[in-house]
Amino acid sequence: MSLLQIHDLSLSIGAFDILKRVSFDVAEGEIVAVTGESGSGKSMTALAVMQLMPDRARAVGSVQLDGQELLTMPEARMCKIRGARVGMVFQEPMTALNPVKTIGAQVMETILLHTDASKADAEAQAREVLTRVGLPPDRFPLTRFPHELSGGQRQRVVIAMAIALRPRLLIADEPTTALDVTTQAQILDLLKELVADYGMGMLMITHDLAVVAGMADRIVVMRHGEVVETGLTRQLFANMQHPYTKMLFEASRHEVDLPDVPPAAPLLEVKGAVRDYALPRTQLFAPRQHFRAVKGVSFTLNKGERLGLVGESGCGKSTLTRAILGLEPLQGGEILLNGKPVASGGQANTAVRRQMQVVFQDPFGSFNPRHRVERLVTEPFHLLDNPPTGAARQKAIDEALTAVGLKPSDARKFIHEFSGGQRQRIAIARALIIRPDIILFDEAVSALDVSVRAQILDLIADLCRSYGLSYLFISHDLSVVRTITDRVMVMKSGEIVEEGATETVFNDPQHPYTRALIAAAPVLPDPVAEAI
Amino acid sequence: MLRYVLKRLLSLIVTLAVASMVIFAVIEVAPGDPASFMLGVNAQPDTVAALRTELGLDQPKAERYLSWIGNMLTGDFGTSYTYRSSVAQIIGDRLWVSVPLALYALILSTVIAFPAGIYAAARRGKAGDAAVMGGTQLGVAVPNFWFAMMLVLIFAINLRWFGAGGFPGWSKGVFPAIKALTLPAIALALPQAAILTRVMRSSLIDVLGEDFMRTARAKGLTRSQAIWRHGVRNALIPVLTILGLQVSFLIAGAIVIEQVFYLPGLGRLIFQSINARDLIVVESVVMLLVFAVVLINFLVDIAYSIVDPRLRQRT
Repeated sequence: MSLLQIHDLSLSIGAFDILKRVSFDVAEGEIVAVTGESGSGKSMTALAVMQLMPDRARAVGSVQLDGQELLTMPEARMCKIRGARVGMVFQEPMTALNPVKTIGAQVMETILLHTDASKADAEAQAREVLTRVGLPPDRFPLTRFPHELSGGQRQRVVIAMAIALRPRLLIADEPTTALDVTTQAQILDLLKELVADYGMGMLMITHDLAVVAGMADRIVVMRHGEVVETGLTRQLFANMQHPYTKMLFEASRHEVDLPDVPPAAPLLEVKGAVRDYALPRTQLFAPRQHFRAVKGVSFTLNKGERLGLVGESGCGKSTLTRAILGLEPLQGGEILLNGKPVASGGQANTAVRRQMQVVFQDPFGSFNPRHRVERLVTEPFHLLDNPPTGAARQKAIDEALTAVGLKPSDARKFIHEFSGGQRQRIAIARALIIRPDIILFDEAVSALDVSVRAQILDLIADLCRSYGLSYLFISHDLSVVRTITDRVMVMKSGEIVEEGATETVFNDPQHPYTRALIAAAPVLPDPVAEAI
Repeated sequence: MLRYVLKRLLSLIVTLAVASMVIFAVIEVAPGDPASFMLGVNAQPDTVAALRTELGLDQPKAERYLSWIGNMLTGDFGTSYTYRSSVAQIIGDRLWVSVPLALYALILSTVIAFPAGIYAAARRGKAGDAAVMGGTQLGVAVPNFWFAMMLVLIFAINLRWFGAGGFPGWSKGVFPAIKALTLPAIALALPQAAILTRVMRSSLIDVLGEDFMRTARAKGLTRSQAIWRHGVRNALIPVLTILGLQVSFLIAGAIVIEQVFYLPGLGRLIFQSINARDLIVVESVVMLLVFAVVLINFLVDIAYSIVDPRLRQRT
C-alpha cells in the first residue's frame, strides 16, 4: 500500500471547480512531482492533503495517509498529523518564517508541539536538525532572526521545521522557485538526500520541468484541475502521450530565431560605471562606510544588438539597470546613449531618456488599475515635447497594440480584463509606442507560465525583425537568455566577470562563476536520448 | 539595541529643544506685549510696567529664554499671575488627577480593544465580527461628552452607584479616588477602544494572510494557537502607533470630560488659564504636554524595537 493515496479528489470553491477527480499515489522513499501551469490546481492538491484549503473550499473523494482518510478527519486530529507525520515546505522563504521569532524558537516549536520533550531536549534536537540541513549552530546560532539569513538559509530553516520530527511525507510547494540557481541546486540536493536518509515520501509541486526531470521518480502533469498524464520520469519524458505534456515540454525549451545583427555601431555605452551606497554608521563619529554595488562596469551595446545580462540576486544587475535608466546617480564613470549622457547633475536627461524604454517583471503590479489601456500605453508620450494628439495618437495606439498581437479595440479595456501574458504584451506595447532606440527587459518573462513565456519570446523575436529592436535583456534564467540574445554578460558582485557571444559563453564558459552557474541550472532531458 | 535607544533619546532631546523655542517664540516674542495682553485693554500703564518687570520682559530675549529653560530644568515654573502661587505646585496637583485618569482610561481601552479586535479578526466576516464592528462604529460616532452625560444619568442619577462629578483627592484614600475617576475613564476610554479595536482587527487580518501563518498551521498549530503565538505580536506595530497617539490625547485632551465631571485636571487648568490670560501657566503647561507627547513617542519607539527585532538594527 502506498504512503499517500489520492483517489478521485475533487474540490470546489463556490461555483468554481478547482480540482476534478485527481488520483495519484506517493510511495515511501519516492519523489512524486506534480507539475503544470498556474491555475492547474497543483498547489491546491498539496493544500488538500494538508487540509489547509481556503475556508469555503469543499473537497470530496479520498486522501489517505497510511490508510487513514484525511478528508473526513476532525481538525483536532489533523493538527496532530500536520508537522509530525506530514511536513510542508513553501515557495517563498522570505516570508514563510515569523519575522519576530528566532529560528531556534521556530524549529523548537514543531518539536515541543508534538512530543513531550523538555525545552532542553527540544533545543538539542533543533540544533541537530539545523545542522542536518546545513546550518550548524556554531555558525548560525539558534538566536538568529529570519531577517539575518539569506533566502537559501531561510529555506533551510523551513525545511528543518518540516523534517524535525521525521515525517512520513514531505510536501514541497515550489521550494526553489524564489531562489537563485546555485542555491536552488543546493536545496534540491538537500531535499533528495533527506528523502533517501529518512525514507520519506515526497510530494513536490513545481512548474519547472527541468527541476522535475532532475528530482522526481514519477511525474503527474495537471491542467485545469485534472491529471492529464502520469508516469515514471524517464518513461514519461521519452514517450509523452498527452498533447499538453508535449506542449509544456516544447515551450520549456522554446527557442526563437533572431535576425542577424547589423554591423557594429555603438548605441549604449557604459564606461566604468560605479555606484556606491552609503552604509549606516557603525559608530557615531566614524566615517561612513560605502557598499559598492557596481564596480566600474564597462560595456557597449550596438545598434540592433540583443545583449543579455545574467547574475544572481545581489550581483548589482538591478542597480546597473536603474543607472542606465538615469534613476541612480553614478559615483564614477558615465553612461551614454547615442553619445549623450543619460543623466546629468543627478537628473535623468529627458531628451535621452525618451529613446529608452523598460519592461518590468511583474505584469500585475506595473500598471495603474484605474486607467484604460489606451492611457497606459501612451504614458511614454509624456517624454515627448509634441506628443501626437487626435487621429495620430489613435494611430500610434492601434499600431502598438497590433504589433504586440492585441486588437485596437482592446484600447478601451481596463488592465484587469487581461491575462498575465496579455499584460506583458501591453507592457511591451507601452515601451514600443514612442519607437525607442533601446528597450530594457528587466526579468520581463520571469513571472510567466512557460507556454506564455514562449509566446512572448516569439513576439520579441518578431519585433526584432519588424522594428530592428535593440535591447538589454536582464534575467536570472539562463535558458531564456541563451535563446533571446546574441551576446551575454555574466555579472557577479558588481563586476562583469565574463562577456562574449551567447553560444560561445554557454558552450565554453571561461570564468569559474559562469561554469558554476551553468552547472547549477537544471536542464531538460533530451527525449531522444532518454528513449534509447 | 543600546544604540537604538541612545539614538531615540538624542532625537527626543532635540525635539524638546526645538519645541521649547517655538513655544517661547509664539508666546513671548510674537508681536504684542504679554503684560498688556494679560492685564487687558483698560489696565493702567504703571500696572503694566510693574508686571513687565515681574515677568522679566525688560531683559534681552535670549536671556529670558535661557533663564526660562534653566528654571524649568530645576523645577521652577514661575509664579502664576492669577493663582498667585507656584506654577509647579498647581501643575503638580493637577497631574495627580490627569495622569491617573489617562492611565485608567488607557488600561480600560486596551483591555477592551485587544480581545475585541483579535476576536473580530479571527471571526472575520461572521456574525461575531459584524457585532464587534457595529459596536465600534457606534463608539467612534458618539461624542464622548454625550456619552459621559449618559453615564452620569444612568450610573450616578438613576442607579446612584457613582458620584456625578468632582474629585475627593487621594488623601481620602485610594478607593474613593478611583471610584470618582471611573465614569470619566469609561467615557474617555470607549471611543479610544473603538478606534483601537478597528486597528487591531485590520492589522491582525493583514497578518493572518501572511505566509508564516500558513507555515504555523503546517507545523500542526491549531488556528487559535497560530493566531496567539504568531499573529498577535506581528500585528502590534500599527496598534502601538495608535496607542501612542491616544495616550498623548488622553493626557491633554480630557478638557471636555473634565468639564463634564468637574475634575481638577490639566485640561481644565489650561482652559481656565487661557480664559484668565495667565500666560505663565499656559506656557508651562504647553511645554509639559509637549514633553509628555515626546516622551510617549520615545516609549512607543522602544516598544517597537521590543516587538520587532528587525527595527533594532535599523539605525
